[in-house]
Amino acid sequence: MKLSKLILYLFMTAAALSFLYPFYWMIVASLTPEAQIGELGLLPKTLTADNYTQMFAKIPIWRSLLNSTFVALLATFGVLVFGAMTGYALAKLRFRGRNLLFFVIIFTMTLPFQITLIPNYILMVKLEWVDTLAALVVPALNSAFAILLFRQAFQTIPDDLIDAARMDGCGELRIVFQILCPNILPTIITVGILTFMNSWNDVLWPLIVIRDEQLMTMPQLVTLFAVGGRAEAQLGVKLAAAVLLALPIIIAYAIFQRHFIQSMASSGLKS
Amino acid sequence: MPSQLRKRLLPYLIVSPYLIHVVLFVLFPVVFSIVLTFHKWNIISPMEFVGVDNYLHLFQDRLFWKSILNTLQFLLVHIPLQIGIALLLAYFLNEKLALRAFFRASFFLPVVISGVVVTILWQQLYGLETGILNRLLISFGLGRVDWLSNPKIAIVSIAIMATWKNVGLYVILFLVGLQTVPRSYYEAAEVEGATAWQQFRYITLPAINPTIFMVVILSTVGGFSLFIEPYIMTDGGPLNSTLSAMLYIYKQAFGYYHMGYSATLGIFFAILIMGVVALQKMFLEKEE
Repeated sequence: MKLSKLILYLFMTAAALSFLYPFYWMIVASLTPEAQIGELGLLPKTLTADNYTQMFAKIPIWRSLLNSTFVALLATFGVLVFGAMTGYALAKLRFRGRNLLFFVIIFTMTLPFQITLIPNYILMVKLEWVDTLAALVVPALNSAFAILLFRQAFQTIPDDLIDAARMDGCGELRIVFQILCPNILPTIITVGILTFMNSWNDVLWPLIVIRDEQLMTMPQLVTLFAVGGRAEAQLGVKLAAAVLLALPIIIAYAIFQRHFIQSMASSGLKS
Repeated sequence: MPSQLRKRLLPYLIVSPYLIHVVLFVLFPVVFSIVLTFHKWNIISPMEFVGVDNYLHLFQDRLFWKSILNTLQFLLVHIPLQIGIALLLAYFLNEKLALRAFFRASFFLPVVISGVVVTILWQQLYGLETGILNRLLISFGLGRVDWLSNPKIAIVSIAIMATWKNVGLYVILFLVGLQTVPRSYYEAAEVEGATAWQQFRYITLPAINPTIFMVVILSTVGGFSLFIEPYIMTDGGPLNSTLSAMLYIYKQAFGYYHMGYSATLGIFFAILIMGVVALQKMFLEKEE
C-alpha cells in the first residue's frame, strides 16, 4: 500500500476513534467504582453495577423511558397521518386558498421557535395541560416540514392512479393511506425517523411544561438529575443515567444506521 | 349531504387538523406574543399594560446583550471549525477507502445522541483534575486547561463540544456535494497540470458553495438555539460567559415569570436571527 494511503487510513481511524472513544469511556466509567473513575484509562480495573443500582433507586428512570416512548410514538403517528393528509391536499386537490395555505406553511418554517415558546406555555396553563402528557403530545402532532416532504413525494405520483381509484369508488382518505402511501415508503421512513428522534431528544419543552417527576421524559429527567443535587456530585451515577439515556438511540442507530443518515441528510438538503 | 357540496368541502376537511393546529399553536401565539410585549405579567396577577417599557428595558439590559455577545462568540468559533473539519473529513471520505461505512457511521453517531448525554459526557472530559483531555495534556508534558472555569475559554469549550456533536451531519452533506462533481473534471484538470490545491479551489469549492451556504445557515440557526449545553454544563457561568440568549430568556420566563419581558426578548431575538440569516443569504449565496 502506498505510504499516503496508509497515512490516510491512520488519520481516518484516529478521527473515528475520537468520535467513538468518549462513548466507550462513558460506558466503562459508569460501570467503574466512583473512586477509580479519575484514573480510568483504556481498560477498567474493576466493574461494578453500583452506579446503576443507586440511580434506579433515586429516579424513576424506567417510568421516564415509558413516557418518552409514548410521547414520541404518538407524535410520530400524528405527524405521519396529518402530514400525509395535508401534503396530499396540497399536492393533488384543487381548492380555494391552497396557495395561501402553502405560504402559511412556509412562513411557519421560517419562524424561529423563540417567538411561540412563551405563548404556547401560557396556552398550556390556560388549558390546564401543564403537568399532563397532552402538553407534550398535542403541540407535536403536526409538522410543516413533514407536510412539505409529503407534498413533494405525492407530486411525483401520476394523477391517473388517483383518478382510477376514485372511479373505483375509493374515498379520499383511503386513497391517501392505502394507495398512495405504499408508494412513498422512503419519505415515510424519513419523516418517521426524524420526528421520533426530535421528539425523543427534545428537552426544552418538557422542562417548561412538566414538573411532576412521574411524567418527565427521559432526557428531562436525566438533565435535572445531572443539574440538581440528587446525584450528590457522584460522577458514576450521573454517567449511568446518561448511558441509559443514550442506549435506546444507539441500539436503533446500530440497526437502522443507513436510514438515520439518509433521513437527516435529506432533511438538511431540503432545508 | 349532497355529493357536490361534500366534494367541495372535502379538501378543507382534510386540512382541518393542520389548520386548527397552526392557528392554535403558531398564528395565535405570534399575535399574542406581540401583544404580550406591551404588558407586564406573571400569569397569576392580571396583565398590566406598560406601553414600550419592556422595549426600553431591553435596550438597557446588559445581561441580555452579554448573552447575545456570548452566542455570537460561540458561532464565531463553532461555524468555521465545523466547516473546516466537516470538509476535511468529507474530502477524505470521498476517496476510495475501505471501511468507509464504518468511518461514516462513527462520525455520525454523536449527531443522533441526545445533547443531554453529550453535555454530561463532555462535562467530565473537560474536568480539571480527572478529565481525559487534561490527563492527556499532562501526559504530553503540557499544562492543564481550565476548560469550564475560565470565563474567557468556557464558551470556546462549549463550541468545540457542539462541533464534535454536529460535524458528522455536515460531513454527510458535504459528501453529497462533493459527489456531484464528475471525476472527469478532475482528470481533465490533472491533464492540464493543475495542482491538487488548484483543483480544489477552482473545481471543488464552486461545486460545494451551495452546501457551504447551507451548513452556515443550519449551524447559525442551531447555534442561536444553544440552551441545554450551557444549562447543564455551566448554568451560564462562569461570570455569565456561557449565558446563551435562549438560556437568559428561559430564566426570565420560567425563573422570574417576567412573561411580558421575556416575550419581548423572544421576539427581538427571533428578528435578530432572521436578520442574520438574511444577511448570510445576501453575502454567501452566489448565482449559479
